[in-house]
Amino acid sequence: MTAKTQPQICIITVTGKDKVGIIAKLANAMARANANIVDVNQKIMEDCFVMTMAVNIAEANIDISKIKKKLDRIANEMSLNITIQNENIFKAMHRI
Amino acid sequence: MRISVEEVFETVKMTLDHHFDIRTVTLGINLKDCIDRNFTNFKRRVSKRIIDNGQKLNKFADQLENKYGIPITNRRISITPASLLLEPLPQNTQTVVEFAKTLDQATKKASIDFIGGFGAMVQKGMTSSDENLINALPSALTNTKRVCGFLNLASTVSGINMNAVEKFGHTLKDLSKRTKNGIGCAKIAVFANVPEDNPFMAGAHHGIGEPDFSLNIGISGPGVVRNVVKQNPNCDLTELSEVIKRTVFKITRAGELIGREMAKLMQVEFGIIDISLASTTSAGDSVAQIIEAMGVKQIGLPGSTAALAMLMDAVKKGGAMASGNIGGLSGTFIPVSEDAGMIKAVKDGTLSLEKLEALTSVCSVGLDMFAVPGDTPAEVLSAIIADELSIGVINNKTTSVRVIPAPGKKAGDIVHFGGLLGSAPVMKVPKVAAPDFIARKGRIPSPVTAMRN
Repeated sequence: MTAKTQPQICIITVTGKDKVGIIAKLANAMARANANIVDVNQKIMEDCFVMTMAVNIAEANIDISKIKKKLDRIANEMSLNITIQNENIFKAMHRI
Repeated sequence: MRISVEEVFETVKMTLDHHFDIRTVTLGINLKDCIDRNFTNFKRRVSKRIIDNGQKLNKFADQLENKYGIPITNRRISITPASLLLEPLPQNTQTVVEFAKTLDQATKKASIDFIGGFGAMVQKGMTSSDENLINALPSALTNTKRVCGFLNLASTVSGINMNAVEKFGHTLKDLSKRTKNGIGCAKIAVFANVPEDNPFMAGAHHGIGEPDFSLNIGISGPGVVRNVVKQNPNCDLTELSEVIKRTVFKITRAGELIGREMAKLMQVEFGIIDISLASTTSAGDSVAQIIEAMGVKQIGLPGSTAALAMLMDAVKKGGAMASGNIGGLSGTFIPVSEDAGMIKAVKDGTLSLEKLEALTSVCSVGLDMFAVPGDTPAEVLSAIIADELSIGVINNKTTSVRVIPAPGKKAGDIVHFGGLLGSAPVMKVPKVAAPDFIARKGRIPSPVTAMRN
């Protein structure tokens, strides 16, 4: 197995006000980047809409910094906070 | 098990709302093999090493910042103590200043904001190179922007070098006069028991017991800790300590992951993680406000020392559980000018220099970033330093002093340093302290507790 085919899971986190089309926009952006969505979850926490989307960027056609720029644009358009972080940071912080 | 939405949200909130960051990645660079009697060759080698490695440091830090979404706020370099490197060269001010300028230019080229290690280990005595460097420090630090100095003036094993302490009082006065508001003094810290792997400026240096390169990580997060303390207003102190410990554990683990990966990318040894709550001028990023969230009305009032001691201990325990490479200073910094809560307490008259000194006996560093009137005599500065260092020596811990005599200012005035350094109310100090004691010079012997062999 080459390094390229090993999954590289990133977590996209959306926080802000829930509205129509968030998932559609993100899914569209991920499809264009050839990043596979592996999981989606959402919840209302502390009066805040929180959605997490796990994506595999191992086969993506752009790197994480470019994906981040795309997400920043969507965040601006929709007045949301969107972050993308490699999954390992959460594993390090929340799993022993 | 996949990470839950709650866990993701907790981490994201730390960075978005509570300023969690990797405060610094500091690359320690050994320069001993660059030593040469030919000054030009020496400078060329040093310059090349700093530029090459500094650029790499920035490149990989950017890469990991994107990957993990945690800001890596500062990228810095520390070097072998400069006085050691200058041993074989002519002992004059010009050499020292020129070397400082070489470091400054190389650091600028690599887009690194500060380089530490421009100092000497003089806890027991000074070589002629050490003495020459101390004499030239005011010129070196005023002719450069990015160079930071340090001096280790004392240790538990060696005692306190009072010759150097006396001398440094004059050095500070000189340095203060040469720079606006005495700001040059913010670029030098003096220590007892200086750690060789501290990643935080101004006191960072790459110790002589270190390998060729060592990547050290400084993690902070006072905002994160303040938030969890605030969310637990009713629990008892045992439980509160547990809450702090758990939070610090998490942020240290993030630092550990990023540090190890960074070291691997740079192909250097991973050094240490320094988990230190370090205030910044940003709103909410205040250690004083953690103490106040714990239930002390204002920092400086009775209760502050106990609260700070507990906070320190919880931070250390959380850090030690999270990483086997905890080192540096690890604990809590209480700089005056960089912490909104400390500034307010001084202005309100709640926090005096005497109470600040008491707080430093339980915190990880010492009297940091505080201003005194510009006409404070050198002997008073030396006496303040001697007091602080003796706390470190006797208690087998690091203590340091970074004091700024502000020219033309008197107690109660405010000095603005700008940027990261904030602004400080000038603290009241006596006009005469221990002139005959300081003038005696010599060495305060190491304490009996140091005789452990």
